Amino acid sequence: MGGAAGRGKSLFQKVWDAHVVRMLPNGQAQLLIGLHLIHEVTSPQAFGMLRDLKLGVAYPGRTFATIDHIIPTDNQTEPFADPLAQGMADALRAACKEFGIRFFDVASGQQGIVHVVGPELGLTQPGMTIACGDSHTSTHGAFGSIALGIGTSQVRDVLATQTLAIAPLKVRRIAVNGKLPAGVYAKDVILHIIRTLGVNGGTGFAYEFGGSAIEALDMEQRMTLCNMAIEGGARVGYVNPDERTFEYLKGRAYAPQGAAWTNAVKRWKAVASDPDAAYDDVVNIEARDIRPTVTWGISPGQAVFVDENVPAMSSTQDEKERAALSEAFDYMKLQPGAPIKGTKIDVAFIGSCTNGRLSDLREVARHIGGHRVAPGVKALVVPGSMLVKRQAEKEGLDRVFTKAGFEWRKAGCSMCLAMNPDKLVGDQVCASSSNRNFKGRQGSPSGRTLLMSPLMVAAAATKGCVADAREVFGLGEGKGK
Amino acid sequence: MPLEKIVKVEGTGVYVAGDDLDTDRIIPARFMKCVTFDGLGQYLFYDARSGATGPAICHPVDDPRHKGATILVSGRNFGCGSSREHAPQAIRKFGFRAIIAESFAEIFAGNCTTLGMPCVQVAHDAIENIASALRQAPKTQFSIDLGASTVSWKCGQTQFQAALQMKAGAREALMKGEWDALAQLLDAREQVAALAAKLEYFSA
Repeated sequence: MGGAAGRGKSLFQKVWDAHVVRMLPNGQAQLLIGLHLIHEVTSPQAFGMLRDLKLGVAYPGRTFATIDHIIPTDNQTEPFADPLAQGMADALRAACKEFGIRFFDVASGQQGIVHVVGPELGLTQPGMTIACGDSHTSTHGAFGSIALGIGTSQVRDVLATQTLAIAPLKVRRIAVNGKLPAGVYAKDVILHIIRTLGVNGGTGFAYEFGGSAIEALDMEQRMTLCNMAIEGGARVGYVNPDERTFEYLKGRAYAPQGAAWTNAVKRWKAVASDPDAAYDDVVNIEARDIRPTVTWGISPGQAVFVDENVPAMSSTQDEKERAALSEAFDYMKLQPGAPIKGTKIDVAFIGSCTNGRLSDLREVARHIGGHRVAPGVKALVVPGSMLVKRQAEKEGLDRVFTKAGFEWRKAGCSMCLAMNPDKLVGDQVCASSSNRNFKGRQGSPSGRTLLMSPLMVAAAATKGCVADAREVFGLGEGKGK
Repeated sequence: MPLEKIVKVEGTGVYVAGDDLDTDRIIPARFMKCVTFDGLGQYLFYDARSGATGPAICHPVDDPRHKGATILVSGRNFGCGSSREHAPQAIRKFGFRAIIAESFAEIFAGNCTTLGMPCVQVAHDAIENIASALRQAPKTQFSIDLGASTVSWKCGQTQFQAALQMKAGAREALMKGEWDALAQLLDAREQVAALAAKLEYFSA
């Protein structure tokens, strides 16, 4: 690790500079937010605050809403069975109507997880500042934007002023060099980075992900990577925009068209980090060292390669670290030093803002033909948006999944966070393509989460226990994606 | 209405041990199905307090010896995870006025500042000393002084003082009574409009 002195600017610096309205006396910047995304959990309260203060929405055309956290994925007919969930949906719907905000409701056919919807509609673009009352807003950095998760009072600030008060961040470039081995995905890369740098290693930093292995990732894999920057403590993660970025955006509903497109691409190219950009820190990682990764504990940094053992208690003499290990082992009911492979699972979940996009579903579907979900395992595939769902169905992916014994659900956050009916029960173990393995995260206070890539979830689903997807699906060099 | 200038927070404390105490532990998501923040205090650390995630214990925040505590003390990376303002709201509504920890997750600390609840960072040794003082004397009085950048307390006959650190801008904002940035942000309407007009994508 160490900084890189240079005369050029990083993307972060360029985008930041272009959006600073002014510096506030306390040293924070007043930052203009180009795109504001809202959902039903963290925004209704902000509208309440606006009403109390008799304030309007400054730029309603730059805020877009959808509903994702609380929506059921089996039956989305309203009223929802849960009156509290219905109340949240109603509150957001009423606020959008009152303040003139575009709402991608179920009836629009474009509803979905906010971090899936923004990119797929082409709302998310390079060089933007983006804010949303959700920590996984970092996802949108995949396009070369500064994308910030914010609290509800800041949602209020953005609604009322289109700006935020925020202190600048340092920039750490994380270069992943070389070629990822078969069966290793962006999910494994980010879990490996978090394991290496720690869950608080990114505090105070924006993470710039680069290097040949990152450049080779498609846009949806880049979103997976940036999505979990926050789990490494970095408020922002981003990838410099390139031809893949432009190709992904071209023709999308809210992407510029015609002459505006040509201008936009020119602007977007200029926003990428200069080759001689200065960084506060640089970390190099070899792609060939990364293997399919699984979390075993209660923090995303507690992860091992699938062919490794979970740590032994003797792995550290530090009293505090030992206490953290034992708390995790007690909760997870795992044996210190045991192989992670073979750990029995009860539930398999493919979906979420981390891994609920079309390419995630395609990648799993292309390998699970001829395999069956193991007896006793409940397996869910939850598309990230209605658009993902429709396209997947057009390609017949839904039939591949149901034939293999998975349930094919409707779009929503589902089992990632337990605000809707999809929840673990008791101390069930879930192989999950989501982003957090915190205690109680998946809805049962004693539920246990093992984070991994979607293909690893599929492997676990078919074997009934944690398994190496490379072995289960016969991925050798040159065969995988 | 001008905001309170928060220069000092004084009161008794409660120590919740552990690193990486995440927002799901501070308030589980299932209690976030609400359209206001009222009443969230009761759900603070709910699963740990109710014994749902482990053996039933008397959680430190329920310990009668710490009744009335206004300063929450914890370990490294406190508040990691979600951006949910429900987490600082639950802490605040439970009765806390400041948090001392070895370090904080960034979004969480920013959310606390906006509520006028200082997140002050002290060294690992200082946390150990505070924890030890609270074990010996649960009613130990702490004084967080943002002006002097110190936390001080007395344990037995010994006076302790630890240097505190805060995120750039937060200390000044609290001390000047500008921790809720909205009024300042509203002041720059014309500058905002001018910058927005300059950005091609914004007006497109």
